[in-house]
Amino acid sequence: MSLVSIRDVRKSFGTNEVLKGVSLDIAKGDVVAIIGRSGSGKSTLLRCINGLETYQSGSIVADGIEVAGAATNLRELRRHVGMVFQQFNLFPHLTAAENVMLAPTVVNKVSKAEARATAAEVLAKVGLSEKMDAYPSELSGGQQQRVAIARSLAMRPKVLLCDEITSALDPELVNEVLRVVEQLAREGMTLILVTHEMRFARDVGTKLVFMHHGKVHEEGVPKEVFAAPRTPELQQFVGQVG
Amino acid sequence: MLQFSFWDILSNLLIATQWTIVLSLIAFFCGGIVGLILLFMRTSKIAALEWFTKIYIEFFQGTPLLMQLFLFFFGIALFGFEVSPWAAATLALTFWTSAFLTEIWRGCVEAIPKGQWEASSSLALSYIEQMRYVILPQASRIAVAPTVGFSVQVIKGTALASIIGFVELTKAGTMLNNATFRPFLVYSLVALIYFCLCFPLSWWAKKIEGRLNVAR
Ligand SMILES: Nc1ncnc2c1ncn2[C@@H]1O[C@H](COP(=O)(O)OP(=O)(O)O)[C@@H](O)[C@H]1O
Ligand SMILES: [Mg+2]
Repeated sequence: MSLVSIRDVRKSFGTNEVLKGVSLDIAKGDVVAIIGRSGSGKSTLLRCINGLETYQSGSIVADGIEVAGAATNLRELRRHVGMVFQQFNLFPHLTAAENVMLAPTVVNKVSKAEARATAAEVLAKVGLSEKMDAYPSELSGGQQQRVAIARSLAMRPKVLLCDEITSALDPELVNEVLRVVEQLAREGMTLILVTHEMRFARDVGTKLVFMHHGKVHEEGVPKEVFAAPRTPELQQFVGQVG
Repeated sequence: MLQFSFWDILSNLLIATQWTIVLSLIAFFCGGIVGLILLFMRTSKIAALEWFTKIYIEFFQGTPLLMQLFLFFFGIALFGFEVSPWAAATLALTFWTSAFLTEIWRGCVEAIPKGQWEASSSLALSYIEQMRYVILPQASRIAVAPTVGFSVQVIKGTALASIIGFVELTKAGTMLNNATFRPFLVYSLVALIYFCLCFPLSWWAKKIEGRLNVAR
């Protein structure tokens, strides 16, 4: 049984077809690393999964909810599918704890006290217990991104989508974020990560997906795929990045 | 023959000024509420609501306020309803104010980065919840200066209510001029009072605008 099932999804922006029939099956506990050149459709695919983008044909079912245009129960879907962005997108007028508490209190109608306890728990998990009452502007990029992860975790998602979440960070801050993600993977969280961190994709991923020109060009077990890429495109890509 | 001293003129003008202030406050307050509702409609991504607000805004921004006052004062009377100058002025100024405030505030909402919408969407917040908890708290900070700046236009706009017979500062000035034949004195005082009402507001608006620019 797959937790996320993507069937022959096609997506165009105007005349520009960005996803040209993508199919993927993601099981509970999978850590899927999506790699590929800029513009190959990685972000678009991720954004289709939680309904930030609509697609023209095919189907996506996530946690039993069909993601299909206007009729989708987006609220229910997004309660179970979290997303972390490259630019963190923390709410600057709220403290770290308030950022984390917002969705549980507003969407799940959890009491302030309970939400605060959850915030303390998830912020501790990302190593930021001391920063609960700090505003985003008082935090480093790595700390902000960890708050963003905690903010998603507070909703207890079944799947977490991560779109290049270390790409906007200074190199010395990348590892603190990757360590958090690795910890989540070890705890069995289902993760779909778009990433340029090849070593991380190989060591932590359970599945590697190489996207090229809007298609899944190659996929498999990360260590095997990296050791012996079958297609010239992936060989070239790994040669350039790795 | 009645004699008006300088102090008589001034005190009469100041009494009428109260009505200018009251009308401004009501127009601004009610216009703000209507404007906020329109803002939700205008940014809702629901085509019908967006079109309605667009037409509403085009109408009230694209026609003279004076014509709108006439429309409310004489227009509604055509349907057999008695409309006092006071009610007509309040209604026209409220709608007129709301159209401008909606546009000012829409600009502030659109200045909030797209990532804030996407992050709050991804957390399962509804549109109203996003506005309430994420977008408006940030947009309202940048909205203060242009909103205060616009309040000056509302105060000056109330002068037109004199034409449909509402006795506020301008109308009182006209009446005092007719009684005293001292137009230069009377209208200088009227202008001075408007200036005293408006200048602190525009000064304040400039000041907070400057402060925001420094912070950026
Ligand atoms: N909102 C949009 N409107 C138009 N074109 C878009 C939009 N978002 C992405 N694209 C285009 O879709 C293609 C794939 O983009 P994206 O999914 O962001 O790629 P990746 O994440 O792999 O770099 C690019 O050519 C990009 O220009
Ligand atoms: Mg991308």
